[in-house]
Amino acid sequence: MVVKKIAGKEVQVNDEGFMTNPAEWTKEIAVEMAKEEGIAELTPAHWAVIDFCRTTAGTSGKTPTLRTITNGANVTTKDLFGLFPKGPAKKVAKISGLGKPEGCV
Amino acid sequence: MADQPRKIAFICSKGNLDMVYPALVMGWAAIGNGIDVTIFFTFWGMDMINKHRVDHLEVPPLANSSMKMNMMGVPGYVGIPQIMGVIPGMTAFASALMKSKMKKLGVPTVREYLEMLSDAGANMYACKMSVDMFKLTKEDFLPCVKDIVTAGDFMDMTDGAQIIFI
Repeated sequence: MVVKKIAGKEVQVNDEGFMTNPAEWTKEIAVEMAKEEGIAELTPAHWAVIDFCRTTAGTSGKTPTLRTITNGANVTTKDLFGLFPKGPAKKVAKISGLGKPEGCV
Repeated sequence: MADQPRKIAFICSKGNLDMVYPALVMGWAAIGNGIDVTIFFTFWGMDMINKHRVDHLEVPPLANSSMKMNMMGVPGYVGIPQIMGVIPGMTAFASALMKSKMKKLGVPTVREYLEMLSDAGANMYACKMSVDMFKLTKEDFLPCVKDIVTAGDFMDMTDGAQIIFI
């Protein structure tokens, strides 16, 4: 566990760079995290996915899997992989300030 | 991280329901983590991508010593007598049971999984020799199949990949 400074705020992250306390997350952190993951700008389509993940994790306590996202956030698999290219599973979770997704699909 | 992204290739050679899922599950996990995925379907594995067969894949209890009665709610590990396996309808029964169990867990069907993989950018190919042997054409396959290729083509495409044979 290390403390990392993102968007002017100090947050707890684990060895893989996932935030460990979702309550520390802010929209500014998401923007910075996205840049680190190679996404220059977060569009409304990105935010729709991030908001869905935050809401789902807030109610279920679990980071949603990709299939949970495509089923629930009204986004196709193709679009999801387009929005968060090269590995959306971890990228979405990281940008949303959540842990690694739990579950296989 | 290395300059080249990690690459994984699966060779699917089986068409029984229990043997078609490993590549789908691992392939989906891989592509979700940014790993380049190629899947090569050969021999019985071509049932997975055959549009007339994909929704009718089965798992026979016959000669499967790991399939126990607990699948049907009988506690413990009571075996299914092999002679039962030859009774007409047993394979259909076991297959329906397995499919309903997977559906309850939210596991996608084989058709849906292949669509997801294709949409996510996985490359899928059918084996030329098997296609010729079973007298199939590209029209028999689901749209996720990019092409019919030779074993040599597959080797070229998977240069540097980790190859998993199922």
